[in-house]
Amino acid sequence: MEALFQQYSPVALDKVTVWFKACQEHDIPENGGACVKYKNKQIALYHFKRKQKWYACQNLCPHKMEMVLSRGMIGDSEGIAKVACPMHKKTFSLETGENLNGDLPSIATFPVKVENGFVYIGFSE
Amino acid sequence: MKTVIVVGNGMVGYKFCEKFVSKSSSDEYKLIVFGEEPRPAYDRVHLSEYFENQDANALELAPASWYKENNIELITGQRVTDIKKENKEIHTASGKSYTYDYLILATGSVPFVPPISGVEKEGVFVYRTIEDLEEMMAYASQIKAIKPNGKAAILGGGLLGLEAGKAVLDMGLEAHVVEFAPKLMPRQLDTRSSNVLQLKLEDMGIQVHLSKATNKILGDKVIEGMEFGEDDRLDVDMLIISAGIRPRDELGKTCGLEMGTRGGIIVDNRMRTSAKDIFAIGEVALYNQMIYGLVAPGYEMADVAVNQILGNQEVIMPEDMDMSTKLKLMGVDVASFGVPYMPAEKGLSIIFENKTKYLYKRINVSHDGKTLLGGILVGDAADYNILHQMYLNGIALPDNAEELIVGARGEGGSAFGSAMDLPDTAQICSCESVSKGNICSSLLNGKSNSLKEVINCTKATTGCGGCKPMVVELVNETLKSMGKEVKDVICEHFEYTRQELYGIIKVKGITSYDEALDKCGHGDGCEVCKPALASIFATIYNHTANKEDVIQDSNDRFLANIQRNGSYSVVPRIPGGEITPDKLIVLGDVAKQYGLYTKITGGQRIDLFGAELNDLPNIWKKLIDAGFESGHAYGKSLRTVKSCVGSTWCRYGMDESVSFAIALEERYKGIRSPHKLKGGVSGCIRECAEARGKDFGVIAVEGGWNLYVCGNGGATPKHAQLLAEQIDNETVIKYLDRFLMYYIRTAAPLMRTAAWLEKLEGGMEQLKKIVIEDSLNIAEELETDMQGLVEKYECEWKQAVENEEIGRRFKHFVNTDERDDNLVFVPMREQKMPEPWTN
Repeated sequence: MEALFQQYSPVALDKVTVWFKACQEHDIPENGGACVKYKNKQIALYHFKRKQKWYACQNLCPHKMEMVLSRGMIGDSEGIAKVACPMHKKTFSLETGENLNGDLPSIATFPVKVENGFVYIGFSE
Repeated sequence: MKTVIVVGNGMVGYKFCEKFVSKSSSDEYKLIVFGEEPRPAYDRVHLSEYFENQDANALELAPASWYKENNIELITGQRVTDIKKENKEIHTASGKSYTYDYLILATGSVPFVPPISGVEKEGVFVYRTIEDLEEMMAYASQIKAIKPNGKAAILGGGLLGLEAGKAVLDMGLEAHVVEFAPKLMPRQLDTRSSNVLQLKLEDMGIQVHLSKATNKILGDKVIEGMEFGEDDRLDVDMLIISAGIRPRDELGKTCGLEMGTRGGIIVDNRMRTSAKDIFAIGEVALYNQMIYGLVAPGYEMADVAVNQILGNQEVIMPEDMDMSTKLKLMGVDVASFGVPYMPAEKGLSIIFENKTKYLYKRINVSHDGKTLLGGILVGDAADYNILHQMYLNGIALPDNAEELIVGARGEGGSAFGSAMDLPDTAQICSCESVSKGNICSSLLNGKSNSLKEVINCTKATTGCGGCKPMVVELVNETLKSMGKEVKDVICEHFEYTRQELYGIIKVKGITSYDEALDKCGHGDGCEVCKPALASIFATIYNHTANKEDVIQDSNDRFLANIQRNGSYSVVPRIPGGEITPDKLIVLGDVAKQYGLYTKITGGQRIDLFGAELNDLPNIWKKLIDAGFESGHAYGKSLRTVKSCVGSTWCRYGMDESVSFAIALEERYKGIRSPHKLKGGVSGCIRECAEARGKDFGVIAVEGGWNLYVCGNGGATPKHAQLLAEQIDNETVIKYLDRFLMYYIRTAAPLMRTAAWLEKLEGGMEQLKKIVIEDSLNIAEELETDMQGLVEKYECEWKQAVENEEIGRRFKHFVNTDERDDNLVFVPMREQKMPEPWTN
């Protein structure tokens, strides 16, 4: 289980070496999310329409190690974009990956860009 | 820069540090703290909680990082062995030495172990530190392994001893409390209250042995029993000694400080010892010829010592220390304040005792009946805070002083007013010395705006927490007096209660979540307000969960219950629990085809577990083709109406419970509510459908149905209460329409009917007036709204399988048709289950 978690480490925008073409813009529900497969990784991708932003993070919730974060509700906590895990409502910042309502380890976040109707997620490997 | 060394990192030593850093500047003083235990100071008062959660961090007063942030050097696991007071120097066990300008001795105490023969035997423990607890737990599990009915005794029936009794119960051993005195908690209780407490403890499985002088611990190497006198013994496998404390005063003794004849370092009212730069605080200090074994006086001593060092000479200890205590012993309130008991020439008592409910209340009043001298509360200490304040502040007693403990006769309400009537000087939080004035003024001068901020700002309630109800009352009343409303708002995005929001959405005709945020909320929403709004839209417009799927709770979004490994369960509706053999075969076929685990639910239907997200639409297509509908097991909505077989088959049945249950389930299916709703219909008073454990329950009686509402099972079971008697089917439906709709409109999010009724002003009587007598003149509107929802019902799974757009939601990956390879199932009893969680 730990090994699964180790697979995901955050990627900063200036460290992106691969822009993975994940899906079309309309594949992701507005103000909601879906899951993208990249190699052996599961990435949660959200279209935060209200903030005019896209976010990506690992699909794995570090609480019980389940691949479910893409199915969680998104929103904000004092302005910080966040996702709530559907399992036990653990919330994570979509900006930094930090656990906002507990002391779970942070989740990995990834840069996202949209070009010509396609959504790309940035990876370093 | 001056150096202050604190020896001892217990609760009082920590409090000294906390007060010191808040009052001094760190470039003038350097603080070094020595702790003998391996961890930073923790909350010893709540030590027995360690048995429940075994989380040492939860007891921590402040993490190690706190000391660092405040420039305090914390040295744990290190004992100070010697003081050279001429050189202002201390020495540690590892041979190091440090010099000080001020030395604080906060070494606390050790458990007193009476000199009983055999006390050194294996299996005899003391109760003081987390390490003591860990050793006890390890030993107890050894005993249990070889002797499932093992016994443990606690020597000492004082406060700490009874706490240890709870610990023993939690460890799963038979518990015995042995006390030398003829009563429990001899310092705090009189004989009658001790008797009441003893009854309660015995009811919970703790045996109490009073007036027992233990003269021998029996056994070879290992304890086997205790001997009290001739032919009087108790066989036990373990003994925990909790017979009082002795100050840890060796350092004072060896360096020549003035000592009490029976131990303790003598201090004056400035907490100064006989050496002017050495202070002693907490349980090591002998003040007024007394050792104070409670946390509140210890904290006060810490405060005095801090002020003295920082030059505030006028802050000194009061002449009399308040030894009042309130605690919850195994869930039983026990409190005593002032003079708990005394001879008749000193004052008179008013006593209320009810052994059937394990209640005892006593107050002591002066001969002229004007002043409260003290008292004892066992079983119900709700009035402790206000009584304690009356005692501390010398507030004049009302004419009928007995009403203070038995409640006012006649019109409801208590004899004393609210906490707001206390003087500003009244000490509300004795652990942190916070007065009513501190609390109210922090709100009035704008420093704080909420309970949370008041607590942060004043530290009230952060000690024992006993004052919390009063602090809450003071905060709410003060905010009210400032014209600020105190209410249960939904979350940071909507500053309304659910009921208010319901009204706004309806009046403004708002139909989408974003529109609601823009028109009456702010920010971007969250996992609390999204489902709450979805539920409101469902009630007003009958939107199914498919309408705006991203504001639904995850279960509603995927129309299934997410299970432990992220797979889903499928629960078709089986109204009233009635199902044909053909439909049973369909369920079996589907479960077989998709490899699902099957189980009968508590609500008389069949749950199919372990379905992958991608398979849900196909599974449901098959079920819908066979005539099934969504069971809404995933929603905050009607689950099932459970029934017994009723008069069609049962020889006792008074009416057709199955037919009626089906009718009710068909009527209310799909309707969203603040929380889940469950119903039941029983054909006679034998109540096989357990209808009184439901939000609504109907029971057939001679001449019609009895209708019960607001019951539930779950964590806090409640029996439903009678709303109407001997009514016919139409009237049941009429009343249920009104009741359910009123609940749906007015309850807070995730509030079941029982909790809602508790909050409803006027309770059941009021509900009867609204539902039966239509006192609010809204019955017709409620019925019309309900009828509208009933007529507009649509199966949301039917919508989902017929609409390709909705169907796309049920894919694990958006960019491939592959499945979630992370799902792992393991076999179990010819079926399957998710791989167990390892964390």
